Amino acid sequence: MDVAGLTFLALLLPFLGAIVAPLLTRILGHKAAWVLALVPVAIFLHFAGFSAELARGEVVTGGYVWVPSFNVSFSWLIDGLSLTFILLISGIGALIVLYSGGYLKGHPHQGRFFSFLLMFMGSMLGLVASDSFLMLFVFWELTSITSFLLIGFDHQREAARRAALQALVVTGGGGLFLLAGLIILWNISGITQFSLLSAFGPQVKASPFYLAALVLVLGGAFTKSAQFPFHFWLPNAMEAPTPVSAYLHSATMVKAGVYLLMRLYPVLGGTPAWQVILPVFGAATLVIGALLAVRQTDLKLMLAYTTVSSLGLLVLLTGFGVPYAIEAAALYLVAHSLFKGALFMIAGIIDHETGMRDVTRLGGLRSAMPLTFAIAMAAAISMGGLPPFFGFLAKEEVYTALSAFDMRSITFAALAVAGNALMFAVAFAVALKPFIGKRIETPQAPHEAPVLLWLGPAVLALAGLAAAFLSGPVHSLISSPMASAIAGEARTVSISLEPHLGVPLILSALTVAVGVGFYLWLTRLRAVIAAVIAAIGWGPDRGFDQAMRGLVRLSATVTRRLQNGRLDTYMTATFALLAIVLIAAPFLYGELARAPVFPQDIPLHELAIMAIAAIGLVAVVLAKDRLTAIVSLGIQGFSVAVIFLIYGAPDLAFTQFMIETLAVVILALVMTRLRLSPSDHRPFRETLPDAAIAAACGLGATLFLLKVTEGPFNTALSDFFNQYSKTIAHGANVVNVIIVDFRGTDTLGEIAVVMIAALAILSLVRLRAGSLRHIADNDPDAEEASR
Amino acid sequence: MRSLILRTVAPLIVGLMVLFSIFVLLRGHNEPGGGFIGGLIAVAALSIYGIAFGVETVRRAIVFHPLAIAGAGLLLSTLSGLLSMVFHVPFMTGLWVYPVILGEEVPLSSVMTFDIGVYLVVVGAVTSVALSLEERGED
Repeated sequence: MDVAGLTFLALLLPFLGAIVAPLLTRILGHKAAWVLALVPVAIFLHFAGFSAELARGEVVTGGYVWVPSFNVSFSWLIDGLSLTFILLISGIGALIVLYSGGYLKGHPHQGRFFSFLLMFMGSMLGLVASDSFLMLFVFWELTSITSFLLIGFDHQREAARRAALQALVVTGGGGLFLLAGLIILWNISGITQFSLLSAFGPQVKASPFYLAALVLVLGGAFTKSAQFPFHFWLPNAMEAPTPVSAYLHSATMVKAGVYLLMRLYPVLGGTPAWQVILPVFGAATLVIGALLAVRQTDLKLMLAYTTVSSLGLLVLLTGFGVPYAIEAAALYLVAHSLFKGALFMIAGIIDHETGMRDVTRLGGLRSAMPLTFAIAMAAAISMGGLPPFFGFLAKEEVYTALSAFDMRSITFAALAVAGNALMFAVAFAVALKPFIGKRIETPQAPHEAPVLLWLGPAVLALAGLAAAFLSGPVHSLISSPMASAIAGEARTVSISLEPHLGVPLILSALTVAVGVGFYLWLTRLRAVIAAVIAAIGWGPDRGFDQAMRGLVRLSATVTRRLQNGRLDTYMTATFALLAIVLIAAPFLYGELARAPVFPQDIPLHELAIMAIAAIGLVAVVLAKDRLTAIVSLGIQGFSVAVIFLIYGAPDLAFTQFMIETLAVVILALVMTRLRLSPSDHRPFRETLPDAAIAAACGLGATLFLLKVTEGPFNTALSDFFNQYSKTIAHGANVVNVIIVDFRGTDTLGEIAVVMIAALAILSLVRLRAGSLRHIADNDPDAEEASR
Repeated sequence: MRSLILRTVAPLIVGLMVLFSIFVLLRGHNEPGGGFIGGLIAVAALSIYGIAFGVETVRRAIVFHPLAIAGAGLLLSTLSGLLSMVFHVPFMTGLWVYPVILGEEVPLSSVMTFDIGVYLVVVGAVTSVALSLEERGED
């Protein structure tokens, strides 16, 4: 198999793994994790093989044609940016699979969990590997859907269901903005592939639709990457089992928005709008996220809000537009995935081993869990930006980018220091506080975690350490190709652990000093923030609930108005509209039929048939009861069938005869279920509108038919069918040949409809009046009243 | 309806009608007729049978549930369309064979099985509606 085939297989592999995961877990139990982890390991190894090529500045593309008529392909683009993401997704993915093996050991649905997790992995890999717009969108929404499944994994808790739905609505809805944005880019450039798009950067930026495209793309990126004010879904997503929080909601999925911004940086980036919107939203998210993190006492929620904060920093850097900003974003993204993934897994271990996640009720665990403590400290030091960890390098690079002496840089540097100091405090509140001090009793007696649990965070923490010491090879294989791919031009990252005095180091020291202060005053700070939030009293999370309730109420109102369940309303509306269209349209467009010339030589038998039809119709109107009316309608139908027969349409006449017969039979059967007493005892003034609508419909149809028959008859189709019916389709009856051969697919659709209609009618007939359910069961107002 | 005359002649009429419906179905490709019309004739026949002898008798006579018949018809039509895929021609392309049976050349085709499917769908769907309505009328 060639490289393209292997790459395709690697992208497909997680989905194949998802299929076998439940069965494998049934056989092997939680040990299936060791087997399933081979899936991401294989992917990691396959793509790591490209790194040498990419370090030389090359790009790997490949793919297959998907919908050639729309220029849509299933194609991938492996450059420094996507490779870094792929290695993070598959590498951390392998550790998470192992971790889940220990974390959900003995859970009745562990197999299902593995399956969802692998499906997510496949979606996320597809997202970052996509070269084609549409492929990116499809995988983008797939990550939202798999995230929904994983957040709602514990589906018996209402909070989990709500969080799952919220995440789906916010990120999936954002995906629709993204789709619109991508379509605009497609229209501006005529290109559907990212690898070709960067050449169109100047053209896109000059387009009048640039701002629309930018705002729509940001709508997708900001919802996915939890930027303020769309940040609220991410903390709620902590309802998911901890492996999911560590994987989706810190290391990978939430970075998809940042990925998108980086991917489109050469096309959309660098404009004034870009350099204002991104840093402003990024900085707001950074500071608000960090403040809200301090407010929390739940380990997972604290980490979740710092993730929001870190995502804000990444967006800020991506949009800042100064030297080193892109490099800093690249470094910080990798560092964050390593330390935050590890810290989440640590939080999960503490929760798993003690049964408690509230930081104020944890303490003195160091003796019971020394290994966990060591790993936690390693991750927290990296998160705090202290040497000798990779987080330190990232933070130095961030401050290098922000250390210019103009108003803009100073403002954002101050915000970054504040945010980072708060995150520093939270990092040690999570990783240090539970382990030191006096021992506090927990629901379960704490003991060291099993290997499946500590392996993941240990590897990530060590990776953070190794990456800092081996910064040279790491930069040349990962950071520099990634920064170059984002910037669309060659960039070299060179920062290392060697001491380098200057403004960045001063800012770092300041961050640490303020951070230590925050850590010591954490309890008091928490109380202040809680008081402020209580004073505001409203947040986007409640706003979401209000919006959803409003939506349900609106749809309930619309449904009640439009679908009131009364057949006569539907019939009146349908036929009134039909009459308006048929009569108004010819007047408006001057297409009124000329008065027809009345033919002089109508044979006597045709006159007689028409007279019979007319008599039938008069009988319908005058009929005293419904049964008579139906039978009289049959008279008219049969007369029309006879006319068809005379004018040489035997098939049509034949069918009309049968339909008329059966219509009378079936309607008569329906009638037996109704009262057969004189049907209409409404007073004349109430029947008048119905009569008017009926007459108008008749008039409209007449006008329409007269106009249609006015023009010359186009014989192209009849000629074609007459000519080819025998030669191509071996049939002399043109009508039948059209039905079963020339337009057979239509017929297939029609008989499917007949079948579905029969099913629907059958269920309606079987529905007894007494069993009619209350239609407005989910009435939003009623629901509120019962709460 | 318990009319003696109807009950006496019904089996004869119904038998003839069903036979006729199949005749109409099969001649459809070259003469007026086809699956739709044939199916409707068969429904009419079954309705008459139902009026004469009651719904239960009809249900016993056609053995299968009418919706099962309709479903089988839909399946048959779809498979007739899909058969062309096996021969690497586009979906729904008509395939013809001309075997000689008892010295007579009999043209058979996927178009014909498709039309038989249409016939079965119409018979099954409309009969199921008619029968269930009739049933409700009785109780």
